[in-house]
Amino acid sequence: MNDDSDHSLDPLAPRVDETSEGLQELEPVQETPAAELAVEMGGSLRLPEGIELDRNDFDFETSEDQTMIINMGPQHPSTHGVLRIMMELEGETVLRSKPVMGYLHTGMEKTAEELTYVQGCTNVTRMDYLSPLSNELVFSLATEALLGVEVPERATWIRMLMCELNRISSHLMWLATNGMDLGATSMMIYGFREREMVLAFFEKTTGLRMNHNYIRVGGVAADLPDGWQEDVALICDTIPGRLYEYDELLTGQPIFRERTEGVGVISAEDAVALSATGPILRASGVAWDLRRSMPYMFYDALDFDVISRTQGDTLARYEVRIDEIRESVKIVRQILEKMPYGDYRAQDKKVTPPPRARIDESMEALIHHFKIFTEGFKVPAGEVYVAVESPRGELGCYMVSDGRSKPYRMHIRGPSFVNLQSLPAMMRGGLMADAVAIISSVDPVMGEVDR
Amino acid sequence: MVQDVTGAAVLYPSRSIYLETVEGLKLDGHEMLSDLCAVDYQAHMDRALPAGVLPERFEVAVVLVSMSRATRARIRVQVPESDPVLDSLFGLYPGVDAMEREAFDLFGIWFDGHPDLTRILMPEDWEGHPLRKDYSIGRVPVQFKSAPGPR
Repeated sequence: MNDDSDHSLDPLAPRVDETSEGLQELEPVQETPAAELAVEMGGSLRLPEGIELDRNDFDFETSEDQTMIINMGPQHPSTHGVLRIMMELEGETVLRSKPVMGYLHTGMEKTAEELTYVQGCTNVTRMDYLSPLSNELVFSLATEALLGVEVPERATWIRMLMCELNRISSHLMWLATNGMDLGATSMMIYGFREREMVLAFFEKTTGLRMNHNYIRVGGVAADLPDGWQEDVALICDTIPGRLYEYDELLTGQPIFRERTEGVGVISAEDAVALSATGPILRASGVAWDLRRSMPYMFYDALDFDVISRTQGDTLARYEVRIDEIRESVKIVRQILEKMPYGDYRAQDKKVTPPPRARIDESMEALIHHFKIFTEGFKVPAGEVYVAVESPRGELGCYMVSDGRSKPYRMHIRGPSFVNLQSLPAMMRGGLMADAVAIISSVDPVMGEVDR
Repeated sequence: MVQDVTGAAVLYPSRSIYLETVEGLKLDGHEMLSDLCAVDYQAHMDRALPAGVLPERFEVAVVLVSMSRATRARIRVQVPESDPVLDSLFGLYPGVDAMEREAFDLFGIWFDGHPDLTRILMPEDWEGHPLRKDYSIGRVPVQFKSAPGPR
């Protein structure tokens, strides 16, 4: 437990001494205070009040042998970016582990306070770079909730279409990297190949393969391109067949099963207590999907299943993701049928710039356009928390406005950031080699973890 | 209790009953804590608050979710500048660990009872708390250790 006697003296003083490297480092299990062991196991949740923690209560099966503390990362091919994991090993068994992050911290929340709501989407889209459209969506939904702008139906359906396609591409990317982490190198090539189809459609629609800035406050940046139905239908026709091939390649393959089955198990109680969301939570038996449980946009008008498994291991998380691709394809097919005609952005002069053609003929339109892109629009004072289901879990945006055209505070609840907390619980007692599989199964995107 | 535009209940407990309020909500069926973040209201002290709630410089917003009822509750607790200390929710929701560390790191709010309150995003020896409003952008000049100096 931290010594909290000195902080009351001058609470505003920077606590550099308390954040020295000494406190950050992992210590051998014998020298670690009981409270810190409890952190790693979520033990304090289950302890009745007033009971003194005793380090003997923890069933760390330690022999007299000396343990070894090693760092995995931050530069390690299997840590998906710059994640560093400190592990205490006994032989090849991971006794304890602790994720260390912050290597990619770029202060996007601070940056957001300096950008207008029009520019804000370009900032948030770079957080979770594998599902940029979810980020734009949650930012736009939060701003629209404060503004009270009604988004046209077609714009909402386009948003859903793009987000589901993004879920497919994100999960395919996960399948690819997961395959590579486990040594199934061919899976990597296949995953990238199928993802390319989706990215090509994104490029056609938004102009970019990632960091689209496509979903904006009030609607989307542009209507879907001509012939989008054929492109989307082609994706929907191709991907299920390819998924069947992946099933052949991985799901039934003994080596793959050996490396994933029963590895990194997390129980439903632990997952909920550790605030894990997304495939991790669903793989442990809790069918919690914001698209179904707390529907936003028009997800309640669609027919899809919430995929869940009960094993809570790495294989279950793999199965949840691969089945979620199938469900997303199902959703995309329904959106294809239900896509209404209409406007792709709100015709609210406050938030929507005039059409490009008008700028050439009308001085007022030019001024209007200039005003929106330089000053932005003012958002009524207030605060709101909006959450959507990103491919990684609950992606939330807490937005505070003070009535100006820039967010007073914008906080993104990154699902990867929170999900990483479940890593020590999953890795405990496993093999060092399994750690790679487990990190991969959490699917952390470091851009979102560090923001 | 107030409801916001998304239908979530918003509560404004004082610091002294913050922990009890969250505990009450947990017993009431809010199984998961989905978010905790701090806001520095130094430049926006005239924000709308219900009668009886004294605005302070910092505010910590906690979002709880009830999975059985599919509802959210948000707790906004005022934290004064002179004594930015708040009880940690770690004992109730272990998942708050990283979020409280983040609020401590970026705002300098101390969470009493958090077992490992260290910087999480900034370097360990960083001075100051960057998301505070009086921490201006670009105040720290970029320095390169091995740069030979002005040419």
